[in-house]
Parts: sequence; structure tokens; C-alpha cells
Amino acid sequence: MKQIISIELYKIFRRPRTYIAFGAIAALIMVIQFGLKMDGQSYAAFLMKDINDTLTVDGKVLNGYLICYILLQLLLVHVPLLVALIAADMISGEANLGTLRLLYTTPYSRTQFVIGKFIAASIYTIVLLIWLAFLALFVSMFIFGTDDLFLMKSNYVVLIQETDVLWRYVGAFVFASFALLTVTSLGFLMSSISNNSIGPIVGTMSAIVFFTILSTLNIPLFATIKPYLFTTHMNNWKEFFDIQVNENNEAIYGTILNVAKIKNSIIVLSLHILLFVTASVVITKRKDILS
Amino acid sequence: MKNLYKFICILSMVIVCNNLYAQVDPLIERVSQKLALVNDYEAEGVMKTDVSFIKASLGKVKVYFKKPNLLKVKKEGGISLLPKGGVSVTINSLLNTKQYIALPAGTQEYKGKTLKVIKLVPTDEKLDWVISTLWIDPTDALVYKTFTTTKENGSYEITMEYGNYVSMGLPSKIIFAFNTKDYKLPNGITMEFGDDDPAAKQKALKNKKGTIEIKYTNYIINKGVPSSIF
Repeated sequence: MKQIISIELYKIFRRPRTYIAFGAIAALIMVIQFGLKMDGQSYAAFLMKDINDTLTVDGKVLNGYLICYILLQLLLVHVPLLVALIAADMISGEANLGTLRLLYTTPYSRTQFVIGKFIAASIYTIVLLIWLAFLALFVSMFIFGTDDLFLMKSNYVVLIQETDVLWRYVGAFVFASFALLTVTSLGFLMSSISNNSIGPIVGTMSAIVFFTILSTLNIPLFATIKPYLFTTHMNNWKEFFDIQVNENNEAIYGTILNVAKIKNSIIVLSLHILLFVTASVVITKRKDILS
Repeated sequence: MKNLYKFICILSMVIVCNNLYAQVDPLIERVSQKLALVNDYEAEGVMKTDVSFIKASLGKVKVYFKKPNLLKVKKEGGISLLPKGGVSVTINSLLNTKQYIALPAGTQEYKGKTLKVIKLVPTDEKLDWVISTLWIDPTDALVYKTFTTTKENGSYEITMEYGNYVSMGLPSKIIFAFNTKDYKLPNGITMEFGDDDPAAKQKALKNKKGTIEIKYTNYIINKGVPSSIF
């Protein structure tokens, strides 16, 4: 299995396409960081318009922690599309090149191949996420410094103490890894069905866009299916940044408002991963290799 | 003779009116004398922000004051939230200007004490406040509550509790209460699409009064505070 994984990783990181995602993430983050560094105060003033009517906010609001949150809000919606570029090509790419038949003549079973390829694709996804975390969090901390996290949500504001922030980002990135691995597994499933590269990539992207729209629509008709859609749960990393308050409306240090929601989302995403990978194995095992 | 009588009457009325206008309420005078003992102070305290749409934890603060009415609240690291313009409207800023008319408005029971209610109306148009009501304990000349209406920043209610520094008229706890406006950011900006029940969440957080509470733990009085802090 190790040999399959290392060979697959070699193949992934030899392809120039792999680095498109890394480059795109770096470019996007740097552009946003540059923009906020140059004109962040007016952006913050716009966000805090309602608050400034009542309160005077003293301190470094636009710090590395807030920048990272803004970046994750923007990027974690789009990174799945970049993950799909690689994951959805893992099996179908081989079929397209005609190398799948050759692979399956080796002593390894099809199941081993599928699992090995999935692990390799997962490693790529995790590396991409680490790259995102490094640029969005640590580089932002370096450029903008750190302070309390002053988080402006739609209906309320959360002020999290500086020392209470970093572990939340660790949790958020671990959660994001589950979300992105779900996309990886979906891409993988699409890849196992098709014999060309483009179809599964476009199919995965379309599925993400389609289900994301369903998840975000507040239409009662879709309310019953929303809890079962993986896209509904992918954005729940934000729950790490909501804090409990006591009866005196004092925020309780080191708490998360809705732990159950995070646990539920991780279970749903894990089940999706399991379902998609199992389906990929079953389809691949039954597949007649004609290319 | 008749004209002389008229002149004396008018003169007497003018003198009486003038005296009434210039007369400072003795209780206000006693409060001012107590406040005059403090030229400056640096106080440490714990600040609690209780605003319906804000979730914030307790934070350590330093409060600096310098005569006549300079006041600054600084949080020790981190971001602090203070009512806009409200913290500066303290008893010092009201009384140290000496530009007001004091009007007695009876007495009221407050936490088991019978407090004298005095309304202050500024005589200087440039002052930020329009009217202020003070609830003062006549026995020890301590202000327990103020309600001030400002020109631009709404109304503020300040309640005070006294402890170790009562002799100097400095409170051990101070609560600023103010009206908050509704807070709302579009979902397109916060990227919070498909929220479970945003209407219910907003309903629970609306229409509440905000308070900032500072519990003082230590005062350093009349040791000098640099003007650069303000």
C-alpha cells in the first residue's frame, strides 16, 4: 500500500496542474492581504458602521486573526473546486491515458489501488489546506500583528480574547480537512465512473455548486434535505468562533457555543467520505476496463 | 418720593434675582468640594461589557483622570468597547465646569437611602450635555446616580457604588447604561448563508439597553498623570 501511495503522490506532484491550486491560493491571499493592508481601515469602518453609532472601539480590530477569518470565509468556499481538479482525475485520468489496464495487471488488488489513490489525493488535500493555513493565518499574523478577535457576524458581534483564538483556528482547520476530504472523496467517486478527465472534474464542481446553492437557500421545501447535504455542513468551521455566554452576558473563555453542531457535521461529513469511497471501490471493482 | 420707592423696589428685585441665579446649591457645593480633593488618579479595574448584540468577556482596564474633566479608559491589551462619548460625561465633567444652574427636584428612595434629586442645566451652550439629573446622598455628599442627556450621543445613566475610596468621593463600581441601536450586517458580507433561524436570533438580541460596568480594584490618587495619556 505504501508503495502505491508514494507512487501516486509522485504522480500528483509531478503534474503542473497540481500547483495551479497552490498558486491560485497564494495569489488570492496575497491580493486580499495587500488590499487590506493598504485600505483595511475603510473596510473595517464599513463593517463597523452600526457599532460605531453606539460604541467607540479601541484596539487593533484589523489584526491577523480577523484577516485570517475573512480569508477563510472567502476561500473555503472555492478551495473545494481546486481540490476537485486533482481528486476527480485520479482514476479517470489513468483510464483516459490507457494506463488503468496496465495498473490492474500488477499484483495489487483494485481495492488497494483505489484506497491508495484516495489516500494520496487526501494527502494532497491536506497539504493544500496546510498551505492555506500558513498563508492565511501565520503570514497574516506576521503582517497585521495579533490582538483580540473582533468578529462581526450578521446579527451580533463576538469578541474573543487573543489567547483564546489560536486553538479555535486549529479546530477550524481540522474541521475544514473533513470538509475538503468529502470533496476529495466525491471527486474520487466521479473519477471512478468516468473514463475521461474533464467529465469528473466538471461533474464534481457542478455538484458542489448545486448542493451549495441548495444549502444556502432558506426555502422551507429544501429544509428537510438540507441536514443531509455535505455542503450544509462544510461551512460549520465557523462554529469554532462562536462563544458561550453566562447569565450575565459575559463570554466564557475557552468555550464553543454549539459543540453538538460541530460533532454532528463531522459525523455527516465522515459518513459522506465513507459512502463515496466505498462506492468508488465497488464501482472500480465491477468496472470493465475498456480503455 | 414715589419714584424713589419704585426704584428701591426694582433694585431689591434685581439683587434678589441675581442672588438666586448666582447661588450654588449647598449640596452640589459639598459634592464639588469632595471632588476637588482629587486632582488626578490612575485606577485599575475590571470592565464588563453587556450589550445585547455583543459577546465579550471581562477585561482588565486602567482608568485615568485629570482635572478638570479628562478621562480615559484603556484596556490592558486587546480591544475595548466603550459607549460613544458616554464615559466622558462623568460627575467631574458635569460639576467641574461650574457652568450650570442647579434646580432642586425633591427626594427619592434609592437602595434604602433617601437621596436628594438635583437637576443641572448648563449655562454654556457649547457644552455637550443638555440636562443632567443627580441623585445625591445629603448625609455624605455622594452622588449615587446621574442621568444625562447629551446633544449628540443620546442619554446616559451612570450609577455608582462606593467602597474604600468613599472619603475622596471615588466609586468602587460604576455602571454606564446607554441605549443601543440595532446591529445588522448583510449575509453577503458575513457569508452566513443558510443560517438556521436568523430571525429568532435577531429577535433575542434586539431592543436591549447596553451597560459598561467597571469594578475598581485600586486607585493611585494625586500622583500625577501625564497629559499624553488622554
